[in-house]
Amino acid sequence: MSDLIEDAAPGQNAPEFTVSEISGAVKKTIENAFGRIRVRGEVGRVFKARSGHLYYDVKDDNNVLACTTWKGQAARLSVVPEEGLEVIVTGKLTAFGAQSKYNMNVDEVEVAGEGALMAMLEKRKKALAAEGLFAPERKQPLPYLPEIIGVITSPSGAVIRDILHRLRDRFPRKVLIWPVAVQGAACAPEVARAIEGFNRLTPGGALPRPDLLIVARGGGSIEDLWGFNEEIVVRAAAASQIPLISAVGHETDTTLIDFASDQRAPTPTAAAELAVPVRLELLAWVEQQGARLSQGTTRGLGQRSQRLADLSRALPHPQTLTQTARQRLDLWGERLDPALISATRAKRLALSEAAASLRPSALRRTIQTAKDRLDDRASRLQPETLARENTRRKQALDQLSARLVQSGETRNRRLRDRLEGLERMRQTLGYTETLRRGYAVVRSGDAVLTSKSEAEKAGSLEIEFQDGRMAIGGAPRKKKAATPPPEQGSLL
Amino acid sequence: MSDTPVAEMTFEQAMAELEGVVGQLERGDVPLDQSITLYERGAALKAHCETKLKEAEEKVAAITLNKDGEPTGTTPVEGM
Repeated sequence: MSDLIEDAAPGQNAPEFTVSEISGAVKKTIENAFGRIRVRGEVGRVFKARSGHLYYDVKDDNNVLACTTWKGQAARLSVVPEEGLEVIVTGKLTAFGAQSKYNMNVDEVEVAGEGALMAMLEKRKKALAAEGLFAPERKQPLPYLPEIIGVITSPSGAVIRDILHRLRDRFPRKVLIWPVAVQGAACAPEVARAIEGFNRLTPGGALPRPDLLIVARGGGSIEDLWGFNEEIVVRAAAASQIPLISAVGHETDTTLIDFASDQRAPTPTAAAELAVPVRLELLAWVEQQGARLSQGTTRGLGQRSQRLADLSRALPHPQTLTQTARQRLDLWGERLDPALISATRAKRLALSEAAASLRPSALRRTIQTAKDRLDDRASRLQPETLARENTRRKQALDQLSARLVQSGETRNRRLRDRLEGLERMRQTLGYTETLRRGYAVVRSGDAVLTSKSEAEKAGSLEIEFQDGRMAIGGAPRKKKAATPPPEQGSLL
Repeated sequence: MSDTPVAEMTFEQAMAELEGVVGQLERGDVPLDQSITLYERGAALKAHCETKLKEAEEKVAAITLNKDGEPTGTTPVEGM
């Protein structure tokens, strides 16, 4: 009924859908029209949801295709999409009605072209090298003769066979094979897990822990070997406590595990050669050492016996050692007595010769001569001479003193006479004598007045007579007022 | 001459010491009584090396894994 009513809108014969109907129809159309397709483009931003699903864009210059890879699919991807990587994605187009969007569900990612792959490899290598995973100081030495060798490879195929053959030829050992996929998406996680698994084994446990690991794979295309470039493999190899040899591909193939391993072998066979020495060579070497050991000891003993014999032969008879000395003793012993006697005789002769010329008279004469000289000198040494000289000098001194006194007195008298004369003249000329004769001195203050006009101007007068001074008129003498200091102009 | 008992030595250790012992004896600068001791040590080292070399046997096994990829045991591998 409702269909009839809705269809009956006037002027409309186009069918009408609900949103879900059209969404469903679009989804079905897209899925059916394209089916499973491959799309080439550059990976844009990548988002890994906490759920493990991957959301990313694949784009070219003008358009973008949204891609999803579910968690389960993501684990199986041989290449994890990285931003900027040129890829070919494989999957199915579908639509997501809740957002009116279409997208592609990708279950396989390949790197598009070798150039892009190499560029990605180079980038990854640089990043891992910067972390120090390839540093030479991380490399461990390989054991000289490992007891158990762990081989991580495909359990079937030429590689394990080659390794076992070469080991058998050189030095048969215990070998534990950890089977892994050596290509495809499972390769990297399985190899990494195997390396870690071997490292987790305890020495002497139910599963014995190998003391050397070989990771091996035969030759293949760069895509075939790609698993050995994956970061988890490189990290597991670098972290391995057990020394690890990598032998992936042919001599010309280099994968990132080769940089992280302790030693890289060009081929799986070469890995076996690096792993063990040649047993027969070692047996021969041990034999040779044994022979040299015996020879060395025998020769050492032989040399010593020979030397002992030689030395005993060369050892001289004890008497011959003392013979010469004894002979010398005899010789000198016999010459000792005569030598003493003749020495004494010679000395005595010398003594008597010296004594002959030794007489007291000679000595006495010498003494007498010396005494005469002494007396002569002593006689010339007389005190009178000195005393006479003293007296003469003393007299001269007395004379000089007398003259000095005399001349001093004469001079004094002359000076005194002159002084008296001068005093008399002074008294005669001085005004006090004049006062006696009836003159007076008139003063005003300290000044002497000599004229009437001066006396009239003066306020008071003082007259000095022969027998004293007397003041006339006026006020008593005033002190002269102090003249004020000259005005100093104020600056203000 | 190290103090490690010969029986506990790895092949490589025994080999290196044997080489040293032989060299010393050959140079002949070892006192006599010590050279006897050295000879005995050398003989023991040689015997140890020989044992290690003769012990060599091949035994190949593959690890079996459960579905989680964890090792469960080994199976012998033959005919390769």
